[in-house]
Amino acid sequence: MSESIDLRAELRDSGVAEVLDELDRDLVGLVPVKTRIREIASLLVVERARAALGVAGSKPSLHMCFTGNPGTGKTTVAMRMATILHRLGHVRKGHLVAVTRDDLVGQYIGHTAPKTRDVLKRAMGGVLFIDEAYYLYRPENERDYGQEAIEILMQVMENQREDLVVIFAGYKDRMDTFFRSNPGLGSRVAHNIDFPDYSVAELEVIAGKMVTALGLQLSDGARQALAQYLTLRRAQPNFANARSLRNALDRARLRQARRLLETGRVDSGMLVTLEAEDFLASRVFAGATTQPRSEEAPC
Amino acid sequence: MKITQGTFSFLPDLTDEQIAKQVDYALARGWAVSVEYTDDPHPRNIYWEMWGMPMFDLADAAGVLAEIRACRVAQPDCYVKVNAFDSTRGFETMRMSFMVHRPKVEAKFRLRREESAGRLVRYTLERA
Repeated sequence: MSESIDLRAELRDSGVAEVLDELDRDLVGLVPVKTRIREIASLLVVERARAALGVAGSKPSLHMCFTGNPGTGKTTVAMRMATILHRLGHVRKGHLVAVTRDDLVGQYIGHTAPKTRDVLKRAMGGVLFIDEAYYLYRPENERDYGQEAIEILMQVMENQREDLVVIFAGYKDRMDTFFRSNPGLGSRVAHNIDFPDYSVAELEVIAGKMVTALGLQLSDGARQALAQYLTLRRAQPNFANARSLRNALDRARLRQARRLLETGRVDSGMLVTLEAEDFLASRVFAGATTQPRSEEAPC
Repeated sequence: MKITQGTFSFLPDLTDEQIAKQVDYALARGWAVSVEYTDDPHPRNIYWEMWGMPMFDLADAAGVLAEIRACRVAQPDCYVKVNAFDSTRGFETMRMSFMVHRPKVEAKFRLRREESAGRLVRYTLERA
């Protein structure tokens, strides 16, 4: 074959390189995830080049499974994924429909099928993101309607592969059990992407981004206090990575507001600066010596 | 006799690809698309059966097309049409309505003439 195609130009022209760079820039850490997304993007570019040269090939199956602890960026990446797939022409519209069990499973006989179909219709041309997908399958109740939803899902994933991409998301161990008990579904999901937990250093970078986005800044003391806080909080149960971090920042803002009111007169610098004491007042530091109560998330 | 109604009634029957494009046009304008069928295609019959609920919040024509196909299979001897409803204030009405399926043997109509008072003649369209 004498014709040739410049794959790099193809990648650039599709606008995907942009999205990938954005992904690298905006998302801290998550190296295995980024690598995998680059691989998928490359596959689609090559696939497109093949099609342009007239080499017949069927569209690859791109149903995915995102596993990882809460707050590791699964939904965020899913949204970027929808954009990437759209730019590469794998899906026609590139919107993301995020659902959970409640949106798919009905409450009485005959309710589930129309409900699931309705969601699938809305997701067509884009990406269907099923959060905590393992709740669809409840082995303890054999009359549970979740099974019906799974069957419809499976059928559409197989027959209308060019119409939508399904992304399942949830905790790793529970997702594994879910796919083990629904082998038909597991075999239709080609890509398993695992989201690792963030390290303290990564969380600090994320905190910097979040604070900037809020129009605030951290004093040096606050930076140290936050690092300490993250180290302690990370070892405690119910740690939800970036989500816990955002909550911690929100609470620090509350304490800062109270502190400023007590001060009376403030200048602009004080208004936008979070101080160490805003973080040190947290119960996590108190819990460093005494055990936190387990049923209640430590603040 | 080929029965025609609604938008594109002057055109040959649309292919699925053309239907998908029209539906995409409607969805891009935020109109809710629905599928209806009937065995009584009389022009004065405005009450067609609904094939499921109107579809809101769709982004792509694939969902509508799946419903059209399902309706054709379930009701092969009926007429099937697609409606696009615009809820914008001031319109609040169908903006588009076109046939997507017709039975193999089409319904026949004939014109009936009726003598009335004086030498008045009334005409009416009647299912043959």
